[in-house]
Amino acid sequence: MPKLTIDGVEIEVEAGTTVLQACERLGIEIPRFCYHDRLSIAGNCRMCLVEVSPGPPKAQASCALPVADGMTVKTDSPMVRKARRGVMELLLINHPLDCPICDQGGECDLQDQAMAYGGDKSRYREEKRAVADKYLGPLIKTCMTRCIQCTRCVRFMTEVAGVPELGAVFRGEHMEITTYIGQALDSELSGNLVDLCPVGALTSRPYAFMARPWELHKTESIDVLDALGCAIRVDSRGGQVLRVLPRLHEEVNEEWISDKTRHACDGLRVGRLDTPYVRRGGTLRPASWAEAFAAVAEKLKTVKPEKIAVIAGDLADCEAMMALKDLTDDLKVVHRDCRQDGAFLDPNVPAAYRFNTTIAGIEMADALLLVGTNPRREAAVLNARIRKRWVTGALKVAAIGEKVNLTYPVAWLGTGPQTLKAIAEGRHPFGSVLKGAQRPMLILGQGALARSDGAAILGLSRVLAETSGMVREDWNGFNVLHTAAARVGGLMLGFVPGEGGRDGRAILDGAGKGEIGFVYLLNADEIDTGALGKAFVVYQGHHGDAGAKRADVILPGAAYTEKNALYVNTEGRVQSTQRAVFPPGEAREDWKIVRALSETLGRPLPYDSLEGVRARLVAVDPAFAAIAQGPAVAAWGIFGDPAVAIDAAPFAASITNFYGTDPISRASKTMAECVAEMNGRREHGGTGTYG
Amino acid sequence: MSEQSSISPEPTAFVFTDDNLKKAQALIDRYPSGRQAGATMPLLDLAQRQAGWVSRAAMDYIAGLLDVPPMRVYEVATFYTMYLLRPVGQHHVQVCTNLPCWLRGSDDVLRACQEVLGISPGETTSDHRFTVAEVECAGACVNAPMVQIGDDYFEDLDHASMKALLEALQRGERPKPGSRTGRQCSCPAGGPTTLKAVPVKGEV
Ligand code: SF4
Ligand code: FES
Ligand code: FES
Repeated sequence: MPKLTIDGVEIEVEAGTTVLQACERLGIEIPRFCYHDRLSIAGNCRMCLVEVSPGPPKAQASCALPVADGMTVKTDSPMVRKARRGVMELLLINHPLDCPICDQGGECDLQDQAMAYGGDKSRYREEKRAVADKYLGPLIKTCMTRCIQCTRCVRFMTEVAGVPELGAVFRGEHMEITTYIGQALDSELSGNLVDLCPVGALTSRPYAFMARPWELHKTESIDVLDALGCAIRVDSRGGQVLRVLPRLHEEVNEEWISDKTRHACDGLRVGRLDTPYVRRGGTLRPASWAEAFAAVAEKLKTVKPEKIAVIAGDLADCEAMMALKDLTDDLKVVHRDCRQDGAFLDPNVPAAYRFNTTIAGIEMADALLLVGTNPRREAAVLNARIRKRWVTGALKVAAIGEKVNLTYPVAWLGTGPQTLKAIAEGRHPFGSVLKGAQRPMLILGQGALARSDGAAILGLSRVLAETSGMVREDWNGFNVLHTAAARVGGLMLGFVPGEGGRDGRAILDGAGKGEIGFVYLLNADEIDTGALGKAFVVYQGHHGDAGAKRADVILPGAAYTEKNALYVNTEGRVQSTQRAVFPPGEAREDWKIVRALSETLGRPLPYDSLEGVRARLVAVDPAFAAIAQGPAVAAWGIFGDPAVAIDAAPFAASITNFYGTDPISRASKTMAECVAEMNGRREHGGTGTYG
Repeated sequence: MSEQSSISPEPTAFVFTDDNLKKAQALIDRYPSGRQAGATMPLLDLAQRQAGWVSRAAMDYIAGLLDVPPMRVYEVATFYTMYLLRPVGQHHVQVCTNLPCWLRGSDDVLRACQEVLGISPGETTSDHRFTVAEVECAGACVNAPMVQIGDDYFEDLDHASMKALLEALQRGERPKPGSRTGRQCSCPAGGPTTLKAVPVKGEV
């Protein structure tokens, strides 16, 4: 390992490390614009100059210089300082000095580094160049005159997002960053460009001129709009969430988040349920909490437990589900389910419903079979992880399902369960690819499980996993990819039918036939509310979406930015959201609503604090104690039933509209603009990803 | 691409002629599989030779042939000034006005263009026969001043010889490329100055 001296300190690093990285390891800050540790090295901004000897007597770009044994590096010599001042002066020649009206102000690398390393005046008296702004869609506002041509955006789109639509055309003074069709970037990750751009050339369009960074209250939380539980920071001001940014979490989202995670937050401000409602004379009318609870209690007196059912939806948190489960147990209600989409998931074997490989584990896999899933839409950040592995050349990907562009090449083996069966029974050539792989993995999507033959699919997948060496002491390649943040938690705490109870499908069926007379929907909106028949419906949630429209009583709950609540991601990682703002009006944290209802019913739950509910969760499954500690290995078992007859119908997509999967994103104007934009692209013959 | 940097939108389609397609295939085959992108530049040149310029349609077509994102082809085509992103006249007269040529009288050469053709650099005659362009050093400074017309270099020009050259082209003639003063390649203008004697065996 080469040994070098940086500013008088000796350090030994692995060969191939760059001088910049070696400096970082010593905690020495090297200014940079184009270098980014998750992108390829471009070496075009020259801000990272250092003095190196032996070598030519001039400063060198440390980001592109590999260390060598015996090197002496100076990062703060007069030569370096002068060189940085010079680079800064050159960069500022064409950069407009419009910081007061620029949205990047206060969080701008150029601004900060100009202060730290630049000179105090410019000698440039000539005209500056101006560049026409480009259209990159409803999420990104451009001001291309500010661009310093670091090409981070181009590299991100090409390398990480896998949508090579951005480029740098012309050269020298005339170089411009542009897309070629004047249409939105066809990527679910495009919002990350705004974080990457070191200047104010690319800024957030929905957040334009909303606030300065120093006015914002920053809360570190997690996202719940898909099942990954990405680390986010919620920026709020005056009780309103203004924006969502990614936080670093190597094991989950690295430093990326999807456009939905980032930009659905305007949906938190509209369409909210801020007071209880009770339906009187066919119309929902605002009511007090006491009136709403009384209406529920009164109705419950008239319905027998076997005619009562509860469904928990995609955004329900663990505490609320726990409280509701305990309450229903107490009331002897057995019809209960957290699988509102009717997916066949076996609650008895944790490994059967988790992403066992873990998201970071994808980077070790060498063969991957996707079954009925479109990870690009269902978990955009996880898809970037698959791509990251594919880019190394070590991963072969094949898929069964609807043919789509996943941003990396995929061998499409078939569209439905027969192909899966053929592989599981050793009658398909891809079986030997899996068997021959060191670390094979399989990802099972909700599109494959939410069908009447779900049990067979799950069983066949288990058999395939077992026979192709996916389940070993050191590796578990069997994965279920969820789309709902609530699902794994619900299964862990047992929000499933009790003895003789009906599952999600059967509840709807029963309600339609009049066998179920009372349905309690906890954040359940993605069900066919038309199928609820004449049942009395209580809806607890935060948006006036499908569930609330059908409800007879509405109990206004809190959105994920308004409560401290546990969610378990698809890997089985228990994480907590943090309250950034208070719920609007009369709305309350969800578990408290259930607790208050239990009181009205005269059957108070045995806990009345957040610690109390969490202790109860831990009692049910000790894994709930491991908040933010990462998933423990789940035990393997027998699940699914490969003997059930399969249905030849192709696997259907579980998400048809990436930008509108839940009440928050459906309420978001920004997401609606994205949908319109993408529909436009489709008509204009885009890449066909959404077609 | 932005309006400002506009690549003319016209033709909506481009395909290589059968002959050129064969040539294109031969060019692509020069590169190992998976590295066909290397053929981007020769293919752009081929397209330019076929159509006289490189349209967006041609770039898209080449991207398709090479299986690379269209953006990668645009980047190359816009980087090099020798790819013409707009149609030009039948004779593309590129006048070098860089320092050596300028010192040796490129202003006179340009003036000759203006006088004979009535157009300034960047313009095309109304009959689409001539386009005049100003270019930076074309690498023939030794015979400065010079112009490039199509693939040919015409060197050692002055006002009169440039006029004569353009008039010949106007008449449809094909003037012989090279030095206008008749010197061979880039030999000294007044004849050989060294190595005049034929070396005799044994002498050093
Ligand atoms: S737009 Fe921003 S990220 Fe892209 S090249 Fe310009 S400065 Fe860099
Ligand atoms: S960071 Fe090294 S050249 Fe840009
Ligand atoms: S300066 Fe004209 S050819 Fe070099």
